[in-house]
Amino acid sequence: MWDYTDKVIDHFKNPRNVGSIDKPDGVGQVGNIICGDALKLFIKVDSATSRITDAKFQTFGCGSAIASSSALTEMIKGKTLAEAAAVTNQQIADFLGGLPKEKMHCSVMGMEALEAAIKSYKEGGAPVVNELEEEGRVVCKCFGVTEEKILRAAKDNHLRTVEEITNFTKAGGACGACRADIQAVLDRHYNAASAVQEKAPFARLTMVQKIHRVEEALARDVIPGLNADGGSVELVDIEGSVIRVRLLGMCSGCANAGFTIENFVEKKLREQLDPAISVESV
Amino acid sequence: MKTVYLDNNATTKTAPEVVEAMLPYFTEKYGNASSMHTFGGAVGHDVEAARKSVAALLGAAHADEIIFTSCGSESDNTALFSAVRSYPGKRHIVTTRVEHPAVLNTCKYLQSQGYGVTYLPVDGNGMISLQDLEAAVTAHTALVSVMMANNETGVVFPVEEAARIAKSRGALFHTDAVQTAGKLPIDLKNSRIDMLSISGHKLHAPKGIGALYVRRGTRFVPFLIGGHQEHSRRAGTENVPYIIGLGKACELARAHMSETGRIAALRDRLEHGITAAVPNVRVNGGGSPRLPTTLNISFEFIEGEAILLHLSDLGIAASSGSACTSGSLEPSHVLRAMGVPFTFAHGSIRFSLSVYNTGSDIDFVLAELPPVIMKLRAMSPFWHEAQGKACRAGAESL
Ligand code: FES
Repeated sequence: MWDYTDKVIDHFKNPRNVGSIDKPDGVGQVGNIICGDALKLFIKVDSATSRITDAKFQTFGCGSAIASSSALTEMIKGKTLAEAAAVTNQQIADFLGGLPKEKMHCSVMGMEALEAAIKSYKEGGAPVVNELEEEGRVVCKCFGVTEEKILRAAKDNHLRTVEEITNFTKAGGACGACRADIQAVLDRHYNAASAVQEKAPFARLTMVQKIHRVEEALARDVIPGLNADGGSVELVDIEGSVIRVRLLGMCSGCANAGFTIENFVEKKLREQLDPAISVESV
Repeated sequence: MKTVYLDNNATTKTAPEVVEAMLPYFTEKYGNASSMHTFGGAVGHDVEAARKSVAALLGAAHADEIIFTSCGSESDNTALFSAVRSYPGKRHIVTTRVEHPAVLNTCKYLQSQGYGVTYLPVDGNGMISLQDLEAAVTAHTALVSVMMANNETGVVFPVEEAARIAKSRGALFHTDAVQTAGKLPIDLKNSRIDMLSISGHKLHAPKGIGALYVRRGTRFVPFLIGGHQEHSRRAGTENVPYIIGLGKACELARAHMSETGRIAALRDRLEHGITAAVPNVRVNGGGSPRLPTTLNISFEFIEGEAILLHLSDLGIAASSGSACTSGSLEPSHVLRAMGVPFTFAHGSIRFSLSVYNTGSDIDFVLAELPPVIMKLRAMSPFWHEAQGKACRAGAESL
């Protein structure tokens, strides 16, 4: 039995805004009967104010799919389209007091239906089927999940493992043949992301970011090496690309202190952060 | 709130008589059945009496053909591993696509160890074909394992014929009778079955006890290795209270065999009541011989977990082959093997009865279930689409 919150149970048992809208201004559809859940969202929009005046839904799915749909309609009624467009799947889950992690895909379905409904409104009201499911390279054949959808779920929700991707998108949850591919998509995404970080020049980072990066690099690449010789190092100050450190323990009185700073600490930090860095000892 | 318990294929209530029979073995009768002193010896006697009772339910010729295990899964694992270890030259197994995971996943494991496994398909009614079996078994087949009745649909397989085919090619035959024992008569002394698994908690004994029947003369390699218990066929100090419980449960099951007709009538009433009241339903396995206790029924256009949550609220306990209840994201492997369309597969519910069910249980479900189905269909986009199509078709035919 799933551990559903009282709010999920309430919205499942007494779903708000079930039904359809006669002459809707936008209709968004996501999911299908093969996957086991689907949501059709109808919205009425006041064109003068761009406000969603009414929202109704039809859902095929489990308890949390129905509850997520109900929550979504409650959340967007009265919002402007811009405000509604900013609703995330996490907010839907939060509205319900949380969802079991295996059921997060229900909240993702809500967010996607909303996007499709807004698009439908902008295009004149004809029903729009969620496009993340329609376009792009299909990674998971069992559930028809595209690379785009996986990347988006990963970015929006900081997902790092295949299991998390399955919880949020279902991809990988059936035959499992696509799991290596999902991992490859994640690897590409995170490697690219860290490559971007490395390229950002150190001097342009904020002070907080600089401190964070330097501390991290010291802890990971420098201190263990010094510890081996009974010493250590601490960060004292950063000014532009000049990093001031203090050698500790055995290193502090060592005749080779200057050498250690230049050939070890500075070298490591340059490798890790930016070649333009210089390190001084205080 | 009254609970209408219709999930007996998942687990059953421990019979009060069983609990009562077990209790002394937690208190004064705590001796070790394998000890030399009379104190333990008395307990050893009671264990043997329980073994006889299990043998009697299964129609086994000899009580020593019964090995007590911890559960049905252990019995299944023991049977499969014993067969392949006993015949190291044979590296092939035949089973079905709809076995319990205790058999299916053990076969998958053996596959990863280099064994060949043939998984027999089932037809739309959940039935295997003996021709397929004939074609699959070769001189290299160590074991054929075909369940006696399927846990999800209740479909009963022709295991005697299957055993005959297996034996004619020199293969061992095992059957998982976890769902059948106590529900249909079993007569092992007039059978070709070599090994048979049962589980206590499916027949009103507690969880944590099972048994494996191994015909005398069958090559056997133990699964659990250690002491000499169970004639060196299953190590580990005997779980005396639970063995006594299983013995008592088998005795009760024999006595209750006469109630099979009554339970079958209840099941049929449930089935006919639902199919009469609710459109767009499908009885899975309905065209095959089935256990008298099991009804697997699919409601088109809605999802099983949502049905179960509403039923549970009303005090009705059942289970579902839908994906969402298990967290597996996919509907049941049994229904998929049967080719049940997706529009139905996600909305399948299994009702499974026991001797403790009454006519008023069935009346209650028949009164409460249809509104739940209607409520969920009213919010299903697929139901509305189908209604729209039906309306248009109707209008065109005018
Ligand atoms: S292809 Fe993704 S789970 Fe089967």
